[in-house]
Amino acid sequence: MANVNVSTGKLLTRYENNQSTSRERVDWLHWTITKLHHVFKNSIVIITFLALWEAAPRLGLVNETFFPPITEVAKAWWGLLLSGDFVDHTVTSLTRSIGGFTLAILVSIPLGLAIGWWKTAAEYLNPLLEVFRNTAALAILPVFILLLGLGETSKIAIVFYACVFPLLLNTISGVRNVDPLLIKSARSMGLSPISLFRKVIIPASVPTIFVGIRQAGASSILVLVAAEMVGAKSGLGYLIQYTQFSFQITEMYAGIISISVIGLIINYLLVQLEKRLTSWKQVYSE
Amino acid sequence: MTTKISIQQVHKYFRVKRNLGHLKETVQPISALQDINLEVKQGEFMVIVGPSGCGKSTLLDLLAGLSKPNRGQIRLDGNEIAGPNLDRGIVFQQYALFPWKTALANVEFGLEAKGVGRKERRASALEYIQLVGLAGFENRYPHELSGGMKQRVAIARSLAYDPEVLLMDEPFAALDAQTRETLQSELLRIWEATKKTIIFITHGIEEAVYLGQRVAVMTSRPGRIKQVIEVPFESRTSEDDLRSNPEFVKIRHQIWDLLKDEVQRAQEQEKSKTLHAGNLKSNAKGVAANG
Repeated sequence: MANVNVSTGKLLTRYENNQSTSRERVDWLHWTITKLHHVFKNSIVIITFLALWEAAPRLGLVNETFFPPITEVAKAWWGLLLSGDFVDHTVTSLTRSIGGFTLAILVSIPLGLAIGWWKTAAEYLNPLLEVFRNTAALAILPVFILLLGLGETSKIAIVFYACVFPLLLNTISGVRNVDPLLIKSARSMGLSPISLFRKVIIPASVPTIFVGIRQAGASSILVLVAAEMVGAKSGLGYLIQYTQFSFQITEMYAGIISISVIGLIINYLLVQLEKRLTSWKQVYSE
Repeated sequence: MTTKISIQQVHKYFRVKRNLGHLKETVQPISALQDINLEVKQGEFMVIVGPSGCGKSTLLDLLAGLSKPNRGQIRLDGNEIAGPNLDRGIVFQQYALFPWKTALANVEFGLEAKGVGRKERRASALEYIQLVGLAGFENRYPHELSGGMKQRVAIARSLAYDPEVLLMDEPFAALDAQTRETLQSELLRIWEATKKTIIFITHGIEEAVYLGQRVAVMTSRPGRIKQVIEVPFESRTSEDDLRSNPEFVKIRHQIWDLLKDEVQRAQEQEKSKTLHAGNLKSNAKGVAANG
């Protein structure tokens, strides 16, 4: 009787082991499928879009001269890259946009923190800031060109202007909307106003400040390209404008695609930085 | 036993802006606390119970030094309370943990404010994390913890900088019933281990009788101390079901009797306030429509 029991037990464990290995296999398979599904979901529309782009001119649905197939555009892009033109224009554009963006961060974040902390200042300044924010940066581009000329200064200045307001307003609202309970709790521990600011207000407003940083990152590219189209002798915006005027349509499309790729990369980098700095925030999984 | 905290004839008013429709704004002082007198002994567990809106939290703010009484004074060890200080620790209902800090770093926060060195801070924080039963959760962020765990972290944070008095503002009100009961007995255990003076604010009668050595019952607004009731149990942390003890039931009923009218009055106050505010709103609307 005892023997029988032992062997049954062994059998049971063996059965369970089998079960668990097969479960692992199922898990692994399941994981792969989820992963594949994820990749599929993310790329299918883009692939379809590119396929349409390729097919439409080839099938004569659109005029090939004005709308060349994507492979032709890719070829043109490669040509631009080999000739070195692309790198030159990109470096020029990035220097301007990163320059203006960085300057805006250096000015806006400290200023925003100060204004947000000083309630009266925020109340007085807010209307004016709202007016400036809602004045499209491009609308005052002529002013910048008049005052600062056609050189680098006016480009950097317009990017700076476009970045300052989202940064400033988000920083102010970040500081002003810190959970009052956190402030109360810190105050109850006898924190001085300066350490309260340093240890509670600033870390608590980081997520909102980052909203501003991402908005500014996006507009830094947008505004720059437009500015380069209007008055510049180099840069990606100039490249697009110039190729259009000289009827190099494939090169024009190559320039457009480069800009959207650069925009994507910048946004991706900012998102990664944000994730790193606000890793304490709740992550909602899909 | 010596007196730890002495609240003497404390009054507190608030100025509330009331916009009476088309009339000009009037500022009316509203009395939140009226002539509060209470002595809390060294190492005592004092519970203050009252209907909602009776000024319990106002009283706690005064004790914390976050605001000042309009009249009267509060003394801690004979010295008048001048402002917030690390000799008093507060535990809030909504935890008030810093979401960008781990459990351990949250507990270290007060020690940092106290100027304790890095190494010592860590060791001490770990000790208190252990005391509240959260060993193994040191590196979790608040959003990764349940409500009960968050409140444990908050309690550890307040205990870590070794305050003389622990002020607790309805700390278990947001928790589910089972977690609340667990934390209540844990709190008693911690109290016996640390021998802190605790002032605990609640609107739960059962919680008050279970935890407090004495229970101060407050009236509806303006808040006054209606009566202070002794709860004469020797050992609360024993395994027996204290809550079904006839003595416990008797005291609970006594407090319930004291509170019954107050709660009713508080609710009526609340109702008339809401009604009043509603009337104002419709008045304002009427004016707008006429204009």
